Amino acid sequence: MRALCWHGKHDVRVDTCPDPKIVNPKDAILKVTATAICGSDLHLYDGVIPTLHHGDILGHEFMGEVVELGRDVDRSKINIGDRVVVPFTIACGQCHPCKTDLFAACDNTNPPPKADMMEALYGYSGAGLFGYSHMMGGYAGGQAEYVRVPFADVGPIKIPAGLNDEQVLFLSDIFPTGYQAAENCNIQPGDTIAIWGCGPVGQFAIKSAFLLGAERVIAIDHREARLDLARQAGAETLNFEKVKVNETLTELTGGRGPDACIDAVGLEAHGWAVDNVWDFAKETLKLTFDRPHVLREAILACKKGGTLSIPGVYGGILDKVPFGAAFGKGLTMKMGQTNMHKYLHPLLQLIQEGKIDPSYIISDRLSLEDAPKGYKMFHDEQDTVTKVIMRP
Amino acid sequence: MAHEVVLKSVTIGKPREQVYAFWRDFSNLARFMENIERIDVIDERRSHWVVKAPAGKTVEWDATVTEDEPGRRIAWTTGETADVKNSGFVEFKDAPGDRGSEIHAQIVYDPPGGGVGEFFAKLFQKEPGVQAHRDLRRLKMLLETGEIADTDAPDAASRAHAGPV
Repeated sequence: MRALCWHGKHDVRVDTCPDPKIVNPKDAILKVTATAICGSDLHLYDGVIPTLHHGDILGHEFMGEVVELGRDVDRSKINIGDRVVVPFTIACGQCHPCKTDLFAACDNTNPPPKADMMEALYGYSGAGLFGYSHMMGGYAGGQAEYVRVPFADVGPIKIPAGLNDEQVLFLSDIFPTGYQAAENCNIQPGDTIAIWGCGPVGQFAIKSAFLLGAERVIAIDHREARLDLARQAGAETLNFEKVKVNETLTELTGGRGPDACIDAVGLEAHGWAVDNVWDFAKETLKLTFDRPHVLREAILACKKGGTLSIPGVYGGILDKVPFGAAFGKGLTMKMGQTNMHKYLHPLLQLIQEGKIDPSYIISDRLSLEDAPKGYKMFHDEQDTVTKVIMRP
Repeated sequence: MAHEVVLKSVTIGKPREQVYAFWRDFSNLARFMENIERIDVIDERRSHWVVKAPAGKTVEWDATVTEDEPGRRIAWTTGETADVKNSGFVEFKDAPGDRGSEIHAQIVYDPPGGGVGEFFAKLFQKEPGVQAHRDLRRLKMLLETGEIADTDAPDAASRAHAGPV
């Protein structure tokens, strides 16, 4: 089969790879019909994520048709021929974290030798992810013609007729991610939510904040096309190259500060750092710091007693974060990978009810063969490119 | 030349008696202990272990259960004449609330000199708890989900061929 493979910094290629097969009894094989490039894929593209190997297949936003099922998959939940969207986090549904809706913390989907790497860095390992380095499980991704999906009766959500692929593809990651970010703000009537980052996750956070009852949303970025999209969704916008964000936010909120702040930017692609870890991890990890400009600003901007909600990916160690400000103002911080499985059905329902059509953020449509071009565009031309989707 | 050992633990969402019963049938150990190829149960107390060694070889020994408190504790040891002296114990405790059970295990390998000895020394001396830690996680996966997560199997096909296509 053809698949998008990582070969080094700014070097991704579509290669011919072995077709995936059933490995475990609850696996399914999916024929991919649509897939997308994520902002976090750009960290892989920039070569700053450790434990990637040459030839690794990337991609964690994908959907398709079930073509094969392992022996123990519950056929009352999923069957051959079903059109499904697959959540990017792999969850078993049986462990304590899964049973308490913390699917991103699943105990059982990062294979033990790979989980050791995440444990060295974080203390404990969370769920395996599709197409996102060996530390996160080493699973082949879905920017490919076919992909193996473990625990097929737990994650994938069936899509009814009447919705096209583009309307539902983003259930795989960015819509639930933006939604969880907004939900984590604990929005109360009258609240103003400030959102840094108007990429796709930020866009869905804006829409989700309104759906969850925010009175006002103030969106911050420097790319006019993305700010324009934010305005179309009802947000007020600030261009951080033109105004001083913190001062402006204070005045816009009558001197109080926003009630909650969402960091939808995350680490600014400068790599991860480690401190006092296991020798093995030290050898393979690069030594730079996550850059937290947005986080610093968001902590300082947030009202007293407010909430900082962080969907943006961070990997290693931060330098110079005003933690004293966070303490002094009594902030609540909520963060982490998306607990996807909690949101799939409720968000599909919102799409079915016409309350949101996620396809609005798609700016470019390519064939899988042009995926390398898609990565380059998404990386280099963010003034015009918001979201690239691909079809094998 | 005993090696330093570390007690390792895991929480499994199953009752302590169920995990005990699974472990007490030593033929099950090969399903989650990576280095064990096969264990043949001889009788109530004795079992024959076939363990993987370098270059596709195996090392074999007989083990005897020395302690058995149903639902609570199992201890075993190899005979004095075994090439590699191995002993271990595992304890089964209730986890708090509805979290199932806590399994605490300690496994010791005491190899002689020579090639096989060096292999075990290398494997267990450097990071004594690592193998037990991984094996306990595999046990948890097996009992909670019925399968063990694996991305290294050939069929996992997680990457392109190494060479030109």
